[in-house]
Amino acid sequence: MSEAVPIQDPIRLHKALDAVWRTPPGVGRLSAVNHTIVGRRFIVTAFVFFGIGGLLAMLIRAQLATPRGVFLGPEIYNQVFTMHGTVMMFLFAIPLIEGVTFYLLPKMLGARDMAFPRLSAYGYWCYLFGGAILIVGMVLGVAPNAGWFMYTPLTSRPFTPGINSDLWLIGVTFVEISALSAAVEIIVSVLKLRAPGMSLDKMPLFAWYMLVTAFMMLFGFPPLIVGSVLLEVERAFGLPFFDPNRGGDPILWQHLFWLFGHPEVYIIFLPAAGVVSTILPVFARREIIGYLAIVVSIVALAFLSFGLWVHHMFTVGIPHLALAFFSAASTAVAIPTAVQIFAWIGTLFAGRPQLRLPMLYILGFFFIFVTGGLTGVMVAIVPFNWQVHDTHFVVAHLHYVLVGGFVFPMLAATHYWLPHFTGRVPRVSLGVAAFWLIFVGFNLTFLIMHATGLLGMTRRIYTYDPANGWEWLNLVSSIGSFVMAIGLALFTVDVALQIRFGRRPGRNPWRAGTLEWATGTPPPSYNFASIPVVDTRSPLKQSTGLAVALAQGRGYLGFVRDGRLETLGVEVTSGQVEQVVRLPGPTYLPLVSAVATAVFFLAVLFQVYVVAVIGFVATIGTLLLWTRGHGDHADRGAMPIGHGKYVPSHGESGSSPSQWAMWIALFGDATAFGSLAFGSLYLAIVAPNWPPPQLAQWNLLLSGSAAAGLVLAAIAAGRSVSPTVLPHAAKRKRWLFVTAGAHSMALAALVGMAFGVPAPTEHAYGAAALVVLCYVALHVALGAVFALYGLWRSRRGFVSLVRSSDLMIGRAWHAFTAAIGVVTLLLLHAMSWTASP
Amino acid sequence: MKGSVGSKRLGATWGTTWKRAKRFARAFAACALLTPLIACAGPLSTLEPAGPAARSIAALWWVMLAGATLLLGLVICLLALAFLRPAVARGVPPALWIVGGGLALPALVLTPLMVYALASGENLFQARAEGRTEVDVLARQWEWVFTYRSADGTVRRSNNVLHLTAGQPVLLRITSADVIHSFWVPRLAGKIDATPGHVTMLRLNADVPGRYRGVCAEFCGIAHRDMQMTVEAHGSEDETGRVIDGLPPAMPEDLVDAGGRP
Repeated sequence: MSEAVPIQDPIRLHKALDAVWRTPPGVGRLSAVNHTIVGRRFIVTAFVFFGIGGLLAMLIRAQLATPRGVFLGPEIYNQVFTMHGTVMMFLFAIPLIEGVTFYLLPKMLGARDMAFPRLSAYGYWCYLFGGAILIVGMVLGVAPNAGWFMYTPLTSRPFTPGINSDLWLIGVTFVEISALSAAVEIIVSVLKLRAPGMSLDKMPLFAWYMLVTAFMMLFGFPPLIVGSVLLEVERAFGLPFFDPNRGGDPILWQHLFWLFGHPEVYIIFLPAAGVVSTILPVFARREIIGYLAIVVSIVALAFLSFGLWVHHMFTVGIPHLALAFFSAASTAVAIPTAVQIFAWIGTLFAGRPQLRLPMLYILGFFFIFVTGGLTGVMVAIVPFNWQVHDTHFVVAHLHYVLVGGFVFPMLAATHYWLPHFTGRVPRVSLGVAAFWLIFVGFNLTFLIMHATGLLGMTRRIYTYDPANGWEWLNLVSSIGSFVMAIGLALFTVDVALQIRFGRRPGRNPWRAGTLEWATGTPPPSYNFASIPVVDTRSPLKQSTGLAVALAQGRGYLGFVRDGRLETLGVEVTSGQVEQVVRLPGPTYLPLVSAVATAVFFLAVLFQVYVVAVIGFVATIGTLLLWTRGHGDHADRGAMPIGHGKYVPSHGESGSSPSQWAMWIALFGDATAFGSLAFGSLYLAIVAPNWPPPQLAQWNLLLSGSAAAGLVLAAIAAGRSVSPTVLPHAAKRKRWLFVTAGAHSMALAALVGMAFGVPAPTEHAYGAAALVVLCYVALHVALGAVFALYGLWRSRRGFVSLVRSSDLMIGRAWHAFTAAIGVVTLLLLHAMSWTASP
Repeated sequence: MKGSVGSKRLGATWGTTWKRAKRFARAFAACALLTPLIACAGPLSTLEPAGPAARSIAALWWVMLAGATLLLGLVICLLALAFLRPAVARGVPPALWIVGGGLALPALVLTPLMVYALASGENLFQARAEGRTEVDVLARQWEWVFTYRSADGTVRRSNNVLHLTAGQPVLLRITSADVIHSFWVPRLAGKIDATPGHVTMLRLNADVPGRYRGVCAEFCGIAHRDMQMTVEAHGSEDETGRVIDGLPPAMPEDLVDAGGRP
């Protein structure tokens, strides 16, 4: 065992740590996986897309400034408003959240990186490539043109025959890989990678907000992805999920979309509220009041937000009692929101507030967001909604919520954390002028737009006639939007000036209490030269010398061991130190995997399915390559971490981050499966033109062997990790072989069943049955891969009684596959039963 | 304040900023009050109702606007006080902020609103189910087809003009032949989607004879904005009957068919 002696000299310690954590310069930057770099990339890229989305918004306002405008024709206008919404939602808001979180979270939690640095890098490349597909499509004039919520049947092949809708479905799904991977990574990092002593109730509120947001992403995005896949399958292969003439239902798309789309609003708002809860107490010069109430309210908000998607569908023709339920749930959201707002106001009263620039943006946030919340209550009232739905009133409302509830806090965050990014504070600031331009411009544009909507101007019309009373309202909105744009330009100039010419104030210029200000600024590659013990919510308030002590290596892990990147993992609730987590260094593998994924998506876009299969296999293959060189060949026992403490490595801890990640990911997977099952049953019960002309005659031998294979695989995988089997290589090998074999049997039976599905292009019944079968078959095939991978790891000596992580991950997958497989078989029989006359 | 970001600059402008903010707030309040007052009229205005449904929703709007303005004013006053006269509420215990502002206030405001909205929605919804005459509405890219069944069994059709009698509620059975559209005559009632494969209901009633404009409210493709129609409310049933009798007969493809399920 190599040296584990703390290095006391800060310079030597810095050099030793930086040597292993550093990302190589030049082309080597492409191998970056470090959270500071990846987070920064997400943030900068998201702001570039914000600029693109903003330009599109200005095109819209230029066109609508006067009646009978001839600046854009209807086709271009339709592409412009569709892309404006798509870019702002999927390429700006969500990625910016990911970037801010990647950058800040480990530093706030007292960790040296996120739990899966390569996954964040992979997510970034997926985001960049997916976004590029959409933008290239727009430049070529074939951008999506059916509105950002892509209602079927307008987006189905007969009504949008071109590539436009495919670009949306594929580009956005590609980007959403990054959202899902970020969700898993954020959850595991918050739960496991914290400073010792930081129990859940001592976490900074931002971590709570992000934990809840990440769970919402995990449950919110799968319905959208499932919907997108179904729509793409309908467009490409003619399987009718949304075509009412063939047993599909366009309303199913709306359910799947808003099942995602409504939580999405809170996914965007909560991180911004987390920023407010972090910044506001600093300028109130007091700790936030009602910490516990805030935590409870954000959890409540998350639950409620999944129960009110139908408030986007009040005009669909759903029974009034159902609408009343969703209306009540929608207004109930006001309560947890009000709890937070009054906690913030109470904090200001209890402290000695200062009106600094970030605080000015937060006051702007209060005004705009509260207004948006109040109009939100209005549109949640069913009769009122019948009038204003799909009008400019709703456009105004949603901009008040999203710009107030997201953009303003993010601009505050930019001013607040820019000194952390750059180590510089401004000498002169244009920030106040920029704020007023943005604030006045915004309200000029959108306050008045409520009236435009009440006067009957619907959304998404490319021009309008004079004499509706809309002329001057629209003109004022357009002028306001350009004032706002000038303000944002000034903001950009201000930020650039600060980066270039700011002065260097030293650590913690705002006197904040959270741990991110204990790193150097700009932060070193490893964040903390040694890891602190945390026993308060504002560790920097408690001990002002903390940053220096950490730099001197006086915390945990103040050394480099084996040339490896190490940070600490804790027990989830108590924050007791539990394991040394060894992280990967810079590698090109995430980029390689993302390129393989891009090949898959582009091949699907251009309908070259042979290449798509190659791309998919290459993606899985390169992802498996990530594990090479990780893990130990022998049990090494507890390792010293300093101060006389010893803990095992994560592979031997029995609670490794990768195991947590698999469990968390399976929650998301279960949501996707649930959406698919919900969709199938929904069609069987609600859709027009049922029952189908022909029902499947399921061969009991086939369904029986599928069920037997699935269950056997799960049992065998369970045996392979039992304490009697785990220590013996030969026994492990036997059970893993049984697992793989059982999966092969199940796969064969499922494929056989798929051939028995009656005419999937003729009726939604066959289409739904086929897709559900394919979903399970894919899991079974991957299950076989997991089993073989376990065999390989076992043979290479990476597995022992204590190093069981690889097999435990596989076992979770096999058990999950068996569960959804059995449910699927029941579902298929139930569908035949409900559909039979 | 020493060593903090931008403090000098902001410290200097703090007073003027506040003055500016006050001036701005005054101008803003004036705008907010004036906007609805000068801008209620218009051929598509929900605030110039001409039927019972639209009228009850317009009333709901004015009530909610007043309530929302009060609540927004409360929040802004509290924020201003927190900076200008923090002493007035320094002693308020945290629990009171959370329970009073976060729970009691919204509960007090929302409960009556929900009850009122539920009652008014139920009223309008019940009304949807009944009507003396029925008209079938078929939306398709990009026109509205109205079909009328006379007592003698003939079915007549009008495109983009709906004929009805003022003061007599008409029940519309609405569907679509292609993509989703939405039927909206703002001065008479709220909107309802026209969805292929489904039939939705809407009751329309105009107080006085006249022409009322309507539009498609759900984006439906390249000519979405041209998909407009007019409701012609005639003075008497006889007059309406005469107009309908003069209409051309309906084609088979104009008739509502929603695939066998309601």
